[in-house]
Amino acid sequence: MKFRLYRYSPETGEQPFMQDVELDIEPAGRMLLDALIAIKAQDETLSMRRSCREGVCGSDAVNVNGRNRLACITPLTELKEPVEVRPLPGLPVIRDLVVDMAPFYQQYRSVKPWLINDTPEPEVERLQLPEDRDRLDGAYECILCACCTTACPSFWWNPETFVGPAGLLQAWRFIADSRDEATAARLDNLEDPYRLYRCRGIMNCVDACPKGLNPTAAIGHIKALLVRRRV
Amino acid sequence: MKAITGAHSGTGSWLLQRATAVLLALALPGLAVYVLAALPVDFAGWQALFAPQGVRVLLLLAAVALALHAWVGMRDILMDYVRPTGVRLALLLAVIVVLAGSVVWLAAVLWRPA
Repeated sequence: MKFRLYRYSPETGEQPFMQDVELDIEPAGRMLLDALIAIKAQDETLSMRRSCREGVCGSDAVNVNGRNRLACITPLTELKEPVEVRPLPGLPVIRDLVVDMAPFYQQYRSVKPWLINDTPEPEVERLQLPEDRDRLDGAYECILCACCTTACPSFWWNPETFVGPAGLLQAWRFIADSRDEATAARLDNLEDPYRLYRCRGIMNCVDACPKGLNPTAAIGHIKALLVRRRV
Repeated sequence: MKAITGAHSGTGSWLLQRATAVLLALALPGLAVYVLAALPVDFAGWQALFAPQGVRVLLLLAAVALALHAWVGMRDILMDYVRPTGVRLALLLAVIVVLAGSVVWLAAVLWRPA
């Protein structure tokens, strides 16, 4: 199979370039990550991130033929040759396929992605009705791979001010949680021309999410709450 | 670290853009059909088309909605692409002048004494 890989190593002083790689691999039943690992076995200078190799850890998000995907759950048979593999767009490249996730994590942290509840803890756990728990479906499954946020043009333009789809989906996950008591403060935190309203409904995030989640819908729920609070 | 917080604004302009979009979606096809149905017209016929007070009011309302809609959109574009505050302020002002000027101009044309 033919591959084109984005190569960059800062200490050589060279500009980033695309490297053509020919790999003898049977595509049937194999994922892109298998191919990348095989290429790395041939040329150990190739840098990438991977861990669980089954779409749970979110480490190996890369841009494949123009789409952000997890290499470990992208079947080789689905891909058109030459398979062009680049680092995630919109984040600084550290080396080859490895990007600096700091801008992404900073926005994630800014929505306080944890349960805020000042009521004294009960004897056992904080209980939740099954219906309340159902509201978290489609919001809690995010693995923070950054496929969505780095596919979002609004995030490319405003990475330091726009929370981005992943962060906003997590913001909604805690707003929607019946055990969370900080809804008003969370809405205050988001009501901002940049933090929330840079979302123009492009929906690249929905297209990119390898877990099939819908950040645009979550952003719509947040906007609906803000409108209800206002009018 | 400085606490990150929202500016407590943005919902209003987002709502305004949605509301004016609905108004435009209703008014523009209506006005277009009204004008197209009367074609071809000479100048007198064209003037007669806009003689009814209701048509003038609807047209002016649509123009105001369009200006408000365009204001939110232009502001979004400038927020994305123009970073220096001074340049951005100057351009925002220019957008206001053009949009407000166009609406006032349209009103003057519509209610010009024959």
